[in-house]
Amino acid sequence: MSTLSLAVRDSSTMLRRNLLHMRRYPSMTFLLMGIPIIILLLFVYVFGGTLGAGLGPSGDRSQYANYVTPGILLITVVSAAQGTAISVAMDMTEGIIARFRTMSIFRPSVLTGHVLGSLVQTMLSLAAVTVVALLVGFRPTANPVEWLAAIGVLAMITFALTWLSVALGLVSDSVETASNLPMPLILLPFLGSGFVPTDSMPTAVRWFADYQPFTPVMETLRGLLLGTGIGANGIIAVVWCAVITVGCFLWAKALYNRNRTA
Amino acid sequence: MTSSMNPAIVATDLRKSYGDKVVLNGIDLMITEGTIFALLGPNGAGKTTTVQILSTLIDADGGNARVFGHDLTREPDAVRALIGVTGQFSAVDNLLTGRENLILMADLCHLDRAAGRRRIADLLDQFDLTEAAGKPVSTYSGGMRRRLDLAMTLVGEPRVIFLDEPTTGLDPRSRRAMWHIIRALAAEGVTILLTTQYLEEADQLADRVAFLDHGRLIAEGTPRELKRLIPGGHVVLQFADQEGLDSAARTFDAATRDDAALTLQVPSDGGVGSLRALLDQLDSASISVSGLSVHTPDLDDVFLTLTGQPDTRAGRPDHERAPAR
Repeated sequence: MSTLSLAVRDSSTMLRRNLLHMRRYPSMTFLLMGIPIIILLLFVYVFGGTLGAGLGPSGDRSQYANYVTPGILLITVVSAAQGTAISVAMDMTEGIIARFRTMSIFRPSVLTGHVLGSLVQTMLSLAAVTVVALLVGFRPTANPVEWLAAIGVLAMITFALTWLSVALGLVSDSVETASNLPMPLILLPFLGSGFVPTDSMPTAVRWFADYQPFTPVMETLRGLLLGTGIGANGIIAVVWCAVITVGCFLWAKALYNRNRTA
Repeated sequence: MTSSMNPAIVATDLRKSYGDKVVLNGIDLMITEGTIFALLGPNGAGKTTTVQILSTLIDADGGNARVFGHDLTREPDAVRALIGVTGQFSAVDNLLTGRENLILMADLCHLDRAAGRRRIADLLDQFDLTEAAGKPVSTYSGGMRRRLDLAMTLVGEPRVIFLDEPTTGLDPRSRRAMWHIIRALAAEGVTILLTTQYLEEADQLADRVAFLDHGRLIAEGTPRELKRLIPGGHVVLQFADQEGLDSAARTFDAATRDDAALTLQVPSDGGVGSLRALLDQLDSASISVSGLSVHTPDLDDVFLTLTGQPDTRAGRPDHERAPAR
């Protein structure tokens, strides 16, 4: 069997394993879905009136629902990524991983199984969060092509952050560490254009917000879904996602291949 | 077990240290195809490390090893295709059912669907797991878990199986069931390297036994050869009266008598043949014996004799040891 077909076959076997885990223990999926939904409701119904007014003369709560949704979608991705780090760290404590390492299989398939499983899980979360966003006043103007492009952008950032969280799960020596390490990621949509426009921020924060990877992703999503300007953000978002994916894939692979037995 | 048979595992001068703790201090192994080889030793002797190296889980610091001619470090995948490992800690997926675990293995061994199904049905049946197949593994007992673990190892029909303490923590009945399975595997021509702390287990199962102590092999041979390393096999005859003891003592020259206990200790290897000869001698001399007990040196005696003291040394730091020759 060629390396590629071996990789595809073993990865899909491992994907089935991860999907079975999720189906059997769905509480994790619901928990990870719950966090962005709560933040969405909080920002639309508690802060939304005031924050909406800050968007411009005609700004109100419904306009803020539109503004905040791309940021909430990224919160969804980050929240699911935290779940990935936890489940990878948990998996590594299982004896079955040692068995996989002694089998003649595509070696990173344990990891690709987690990544693909998390991709499915995150896409389901994103769909659920989008439905709630529509219910609370999100009114996208996207045509079908723009919708597809938006889904592509979300899949891309999910893929990148999932590889990051797989690496974080592997580098953690305990499940607790794995649950804490991705925490700072949830701040990135706040320290970017997710909740308020960056030009309302003080210079130093604004500089960080403009150049961190989440902002171009959120701006691209906003442009695709709501028709605001995208500019160079699309390209920058793609580059960021590619760099994070490749870097974290190599990192995760190296971590998995090292001798863990002490 | 002739030397003309294929070596399944050949290891030369395996070394491994963690920091300044030497775990393996130059191990040589030659395991013939189709035999059961037992690696015996106390906790911390390096048994698990040896298995981890030979099963490609970790790299040795020095030395080399081959499995059916494939070098462990240069051709790990060729080795992995030939071996199966059942480790000390159960290598099963606790979130899946028993059958799902086996399906996972069949898929990873690239069996086609029909062949995989047949193999899984056979293994479930053979390991008495058919009834529990649909239940999550987290509900299994220790013995069931260990059986499933071994069944998973067998899905790919490996030619070499590593069993790291396969019966540790099992009740006597499960232990015997596991022994039965291991013997059946060897009968099919599978080569088995097992580690154990139970000398009886090695005695029961193994064609050859090696004693591992502080990262070195201190003795190797068949259980019989090893037992011959130490003296002490004897039969104790118990008599009802002094007269019986006297006449028996006249019959068996080499015996040592204990007048107070009315017993006679006759040197013997404890085998059936020598026992029969002994009884025949008693019969023909018309000596009546009120009791008889056989004392054979067991591997415990061998191990304790070889290591010089009970295995309380297991926790002793390595740097206190005498320098290696």
